[in-house]
This record gives sequence, C-alpha cells and structure tokens, in this order.
Amino acid sequence: MRRAFLILWAAAGSLFGQALLVRNTTVLTVTKGTITNGDVLVENGRIAAVGKNLSAPSGAQIVDGTGKFLMPGIIDCHSHTAIEGGVNEGTVSDSSMVNIRDVINPTDINIYRGLAGGLTVSNVLHGSANAIGGQTIVIKLRWGKTAEEMLFEGAKPGIKFALGENPKRQGYPSSFFSQGPAERRYPGTRMGVEQVIRDSFIEARNYQADWKEYRDRVARGEHPIPPRKDLRLEPLVEVLEGKRYVHAHCYRSDEILMLLRVADEMGFKIRTLQHVLEGYKVADEIARHGAGASTFSDWWSYKIEAYDATPYNAAIMTRKGVVVSLNSDSDELQRHLNLEAAKTMRYGGLSEDEALAMVTINPAKQLGIDDKVGSIEVGKSGDLVLFDRHPLDNYSKVLKTWIDGHEYFDRDKDLSERTEFARKKKELMDKEKAAAKEVTP
Amino acid sequence: MKRRFGLILAVLLAAALRGEVPSAIAIQGAHVVAVHGPELAHGTVLIRNGLIEAVGENVPVPGDAWVINGAGLTVYPGFIDALGTWGIPAPAPPAPGRAAGAGGTPPATAQPEPRVRGPEDRPQTYAYERAADLVSPSDSRLEAARAAGFTTSATFPNRGIIEGLGALVDLAGERGRDMVVAQPIGEQIIFRVGGGGFGRSFPASLMGNIAYVRQLYLDEANYREARQIYAKNPAGNRRPEYDHALEGLSEAPRILLPAQESQQIDRILRFGRELKVPFVVYGAHEGYRSIDELKQANVPVLVSLKWPEKPKNADPADIPNERDLEMRERAPEVPGLLAKSGIAFGFYSDGIESAPDLKKALKKAVDAGLTRPDAIKALTWNTAEIYGAADRLGSIEKGKIANLTVTRGEAFDDKSTVEYVIIDGKLFEPSKELQKPAPPTGPQGKPAEGEVN
Repeated sequence: MRRAFLILWAAAGSLFGQALLVRNTTVLTVTKGTITNGDVLVENGRIAAVGKNLSAPSGAQIVDGTGKFLMPGIIDCHSHTAIEGGVNEGTVSDSSMVNIRDVINPTDINIYRGLAGGLTVSNVLHGSANAIGGQTIVIKLRWGKTAEEMLFEGAKPGIKFALGENPKRQGYPSSFFSQGPAERRYPGTRMGVEQVIRDSFIEARNYQADWKEYRDRVARGEHPIPPRKDLRLEPLVEVLEGKRYVHAHCYRSDEILMLLRVADEMGFKIRTLQHVLEGYKVADEIARHGAGASTFSDWWSYKIEAYDATPYNAAIMTRKGVVVSLNSDSDELQRHLNLEAAKTMRYGGLSEDEALAMVTINPAKQLGIDDKVGSIEVGKSGDLVLFDRHPLDNYSKVLKTWIDGHEYFDRDKDLSERTEFARKKKELMDKEKAAAKEVTP
Repeated sequence: MKRRFGLILAVLLAAALRGEVPSAIAIQGAHVVAVHGPELAHGTVLIRNGLIEAVGENVPVPGDAWVINGAGLTVYPGFIDALGTWGIPAPAPPAPGRAAGAGGTPPATAQPEPRVRGPEDRPQTYAYERAADLVSPSDSRLEAARAAGFTTSATFPNRGIIEGLGALVDLAGERGRDMVVAQPIGEQIIFRVGGGGFGRSFPASLMGNIAYVRQLYLDEANYREARQIYAKNPAGNRRPEYDHALEGLSEAPRILLPAQESQQIDRILRFGRELKVPFVVYGAHEGYRSIDELKQANVPVLVSLKWPEKPKNADPADIPNERDLEMRERAPEVPGLLAKSGIAFGFYSDGIESAPDLKKALKKAVDAGLTRPDAIKALTWNTAEIYGAADRLGSIEKGKIANLTVTRGEAFDDKSTVEYVIIDGKLFEPSKELQKPAPPTGPQGKPAEGEVN
C-alpha cells in the first residue's frame, strides 16, 4: 500500500514530471512586457512557449488563468529562512569556515509559507554578527525535497560580509545573548572591521601562494609536506578567483566606500551590497564598481546607522544605473515581497515592470542566475506564480506557485486540507492526554 | 531434593553478596535465548573462569559447579547499552566556598571564558581521553544498570564536542581496568549548539560545529600524510607539529554522529560519508521518516531510549506543533521499523539511569511493534557487532565472555524481574527494590547529584 503510494508519488511528482499549461491569463513577463490573454507552456521543468492559443501535450496540468495574473517566481536576495541551529557563528571575527549549505533545514515551515507568497528562490545568508561571516547558498523552495535537492543548480555560492554596528559589537560580551561573561572579540570599531577584512584577504593571498609553491615543488619532483587545508581561507581564495560572490551587509555611505576600496585593493568584487540604506548617496560609485544593491522598501531607524534613510533609495539607485532588488531579511516579509516592490512606484515613480523587477529579474541578476530565472521567457525555469489580482495590488493573493513546472503551492488545496490536518492534530493531542492520565494515579 | 537446592541457592546468594566467585556456575533447565544459536526451552549454561564453557540441552554439570535451578528463568546474553557513561563516576562536587560565594552568588572575580579564535585552538576537544582510563567500579550508578539487566556498556566520556575514545566496559570489576572489554571503539561527536552564535566561544552554531569537525578531519588526514612524508624525508622539511587531538582521532575505528530529526539524519549521512570514516548514527527519534535513506546508507543506528515526551511543566495554553506531537507518538516505532528493514541497530540509555525507567522505555519499543526476539538481538548481538565485538560478546556461545542476564519471566513482561546478572563469570543479584517504579510523586530515579564513592 505504502509502496504503491510512493510509486504514484514518484510518477506524479518527480522534479520535472508533468507538463504545465497556464491558459488565457495576463502574463507579466517582466522583461518582455505584458501579454493579455496569454498562455505559458512548461515542459521538462522549463518554459517551452509563451504566446497565445498554445496547445498542451497529453497529460499536462492545464490551469485556466482567466482574469488572473501570472508572474515569474519571486526571488529574495537576502533571507535567513530554513537555517537550523543558529544564523550566526559570531564568536570569531572571520567565520568563513562555516557554511549555510550544511544547515539548510528543508522541513522549515517558512519555506512553505514563502511559497504561499509566491517566493521560489532565496539567497540564504549567514547573519551579520561578524566582519566576514559564513558561506551562503541559493535555494529553490522545493518543499518536500531534501536539503541538497533544494540547492539552486549552477548558482554560484556566496559569502556574507558585514560592516558597521553589528560586527563591531565585539561578539556581544555583555548582552542577553551571552551566557556568562565572555572575552571581548575584536573588533570594536569600524576601523577594525575594515582591518579584519584586509587581514583575512592578505592571509588568503599567502595561502594561495603556499599552495602554488607546494604544487610547483611537487612538479619539480620534490617531496614537500602539503600545506594544511584551511576551511576559513579556502572560500576567500574562491572570492579572489571570482568563484564566489560577496554579499555585504552595510548601511552608511562611508563604510560602503571603504569596502569598495578594500575590494579594489585586494583584487576582488563586491557582488551585492545588502541593506545599503545610504546607497542613494554613493550610487555612482556603486554602479562604477559593478555591485548590485539589495535594500528594504520603506523601513529604517531601527538603529543609529539606519537613520539617514529614504524610501526613494531603490528608485534613486536604479536611476543611477545600479541593479537594485528589494529583500525580506525576514520569514514574515518574504511572504509578500510583491507588495514591497509596489512601494517603489509610490516612492520614486518606477514603472510596473521596474517594480516587479525588484523582486524577480534584478535579484536574479545579482545572484548570477538571470539566464535561468527571474522572468517569463522561453528556456527559463518554469518558476511561476498565479495571482488572483495584479501582484502589485494590495489585495492580491497567490493562488498557485510552481517551481520547475511542478506545483508546490495551491491555495484551494491548502484551505481544503486544513480540516483534516486539524483533526489529525487533535487526535494526536487527545491520545497524548489519555496516555498521561493512565500513568498518573 | 528441593531442600538441597534451597541450601545451594542460599550459599550461592551469600557468596554473591560477598562478591565471591565460584570456579564454575551452571544454570540448569532454564529457557536459554542464545541469540546466535538455537533457542533452548530447557537448557543449561555452564560458565567457568569468566567464560561460557558450554551451552546445550544435555550439558553435564561438573561437581565443582554451583547450580542455579533454571525453572522459570530465562537466560539472555548480557544486555549492552550501546552508548552511555556507565562506569565513569560523576565529577566530585566543587569544594565549598570556591565555586560560589556567600549566599550562592558567583564570586566577583569570575574569570571571563577565554575566547577561542578558531578551530586551531581545538575547542571542546578531548579526542585523546580514554573511557578505558576513566571507568571505575566505584561509579554508584552501576547497580541500577545491572538491575535493568545491563552487563556491558559502550561508555564514552560525556564532555565537549569531541568526546574522547570510548570503550566497551563490563559493568562490574575489582578495578577499572578489569571492566574494559575492548577499546578504543570510537569517538563520539556531540554538537554543542547555543547562544545564537553571540558571546560564546567558537563554535556556537550548528554550522560552526560541523565546520569544526570537518576541519579536524582534514587536519587529521594532513597530519598523517605529513608525518609519513617527514619520516621519509626529514631533511629539508619542517617537522609536523605534534597534535594530541589528532592522535586521538587517528586511533578511533569509527565515529558516532548525532541525528534526531529526519533532516538531521539526511544531513549526518552526507556528513559521515564526506568524512570518509566509518560512522554510526545515534538518536534517530524521527527515523520513521528516514527508513529508506538509512537502509540505503547501510549505516548502523543507535536509538535513544529517552523517548520524546511532552515537556514537564508545559504551559497548558501552548499548542504543540504537529510534527512534535507525531514524534512523541511515533518515536518508539523506530526500532521495529529498523528491524523490519534489516538495519543494524542498538539501544542506548541516553541519561536514563533507573532500572524501571529503562525497562519501561524498552517496553515502549516492543509495544510499538518491535518483536521480542529483535529487541533482545538489538540489546545484545547487534550492539556487539556494531562495535566489532561480536566475537566475544552478544550471544550465549561456547568461549564467549560469560555475561548473562537472567530474568524471572520473559524480559519486557510487566511482572518479570532481573534475578541475576553474570558479568565476567561473576554472579550478581540485583536488588528488587531498584527495579520497582519510583512513586509518581517523588523525583524519578534521579541519582543524587555528584555522588561519588
């Protein structure tokens, strides 16, 4: 019985199983304009056709999109969802040996809740407790799959940096976070944060040179002892070699410029500036470096370095030629990033497509996955969201979310399963209660 | 005849209480569950010099053997706790006045915890410590273990992230070294996660723990290679630095990795394979979701007997989540499911230190679908085999160590009692008092803190 179910499940739900045709709907492609009464066909997990009056292959899931809106899956460039056992390894100034990939929890309910908000891709980051944080990873929210199956194939891994107040709190030696007195951790100033980054990259360069020397000596037929493989320096060498992206948490314009200078000096690139609330002050410099900016829509003043901010930040940086995205940094906010995007129309007058780009193609560009996701175009992943109204409308709701053409969220199904779910839960609770009574005399 | 038997038994018990060892003991006419070998309805087990000399239906009893009438008794191979701290006495309580100032407040001069700068400082690493050096018969908890029918334990020092080298120890002996059956049997790894990564020493997060263990094993491989190269070519090479922790890792034939929930099991199977060291998974309470994966991985599992329960003093207004509820309901099914899938597994006490609680916990697994023969096999043969000691422990066979658990009635029956345990051929009669469930109002089977003999 169970086996039969498994086989059925495997047949129906394999990663790229069924074809999908969404019919007669408003298709918000983001990059190629809007098609009214359009169809989108997904086969083998990829968008096979976008147009009108498409025909479905046999066995395809056919969805009538009349009166509804289809957009590409939403991408969050700054997430801490689905991390098990701590978001920070903030005990050391440079914790680049730790890897978010090791602790992805595919059973975190926030993944499912994200799907319910149309989210399909998350850049899962280490926290901001230290100057160089852990290695980061991009996932697809394939609810029900294993951690490794959620990894975004071909997406470059990253590493988290953090500037300013958080890393200079010295490891929080006397806060409610700490358990008993702990020695203070370097650094205690913004100058120190800069120095940590510089020192680590000098070490990484030396490490790179040590390995090169070792390989050269082996090539000459010598028998040298190999250098110790250092998990902290390996990812930094990857940054120097362009194999790993830097996602840097920052607020103030002076420290943003500092980081761009250090990166230029050490010979690597900052891929994205995260939060970057004062980015509007130095947008030209950011654009010149080629860094992306992932910011918040309209919230600030939650700490001193976050005061000199404006909701026009995203629009100003966009007009200066920076690739800008809006991120959640939150399990809650990630469920309605479409509304965050809408705010850039109110503040800064971006167009609908520009607003939608803030949570689709722009974060895709920032993560180097814009050839695979971020818009509705032939050849891209079948990551799609069906809304009942225009996604930039406050009252819009997600009806269905697909990843690789596979349905991972369905609002009607969710609502209809709630009674059964509640019944099962009550049964378990009653059982436990009854067992407890048996034991107690 | 009957009177003679009574007399023998009385002499025997008196001897047992004094810890005397007769030259031979024969348990006659008992139900013998050999585990590896035929089960006997009326069998005799003869032991001599700490070893099993003979087992069978018609074993002649030599004149010098003390005889135990086996009517109503069942003889099993001695139960083995697959992972515990039995035999390592609790640390002595701190001297009064030193740890706490007047009125119980911490002294004003408390030194801040020194900050660990990274893996190079080898935080919380006791890889070189040996359970075999730490065990002592003075551990006051041993009586409770024997009262639950345990004769042997895979004992690991319970501190730090890298715990130290474990040993299979018999739960009785004159001196610590008498207790050791095999060592080292592995390194236990515990992920110590807490503090949200703030304020404490590295590593504080789960990812920090994983990265640390990964770095250690890379260092260990590098260390081995470096020493080999240096031994051949000392001239022109800087000598590799001596590293106590890595020496300990090198010695361990296997490692024990923790995983309770399904995503943790998935993670740890990947991690274990990555480390390229033979490994065992311990915990496994949500294993009912991971049976296929465990089967495919072909990795032994140690199931914790501390079944998840509704937390004591839980806020009645709190609605537990469905997954936790399911785990509390289904965790005891895991052993039965493992057995059905042919996955090697054992049980471990996980901090349960009273005989009735251990019995109750084992019974839960049986009630949830584990057959009795499979339960006994898990407690004996399987665990011995997991630790590579099935050639000397785990079954009632000629030549093996004479570790036996003798119950009146069948094990796992409510009314059954552990009549005797025989450890290295030495007879013990566990107290019946220790086998009674604690009154529900009292503290449940918790030994006095820091009690040391």
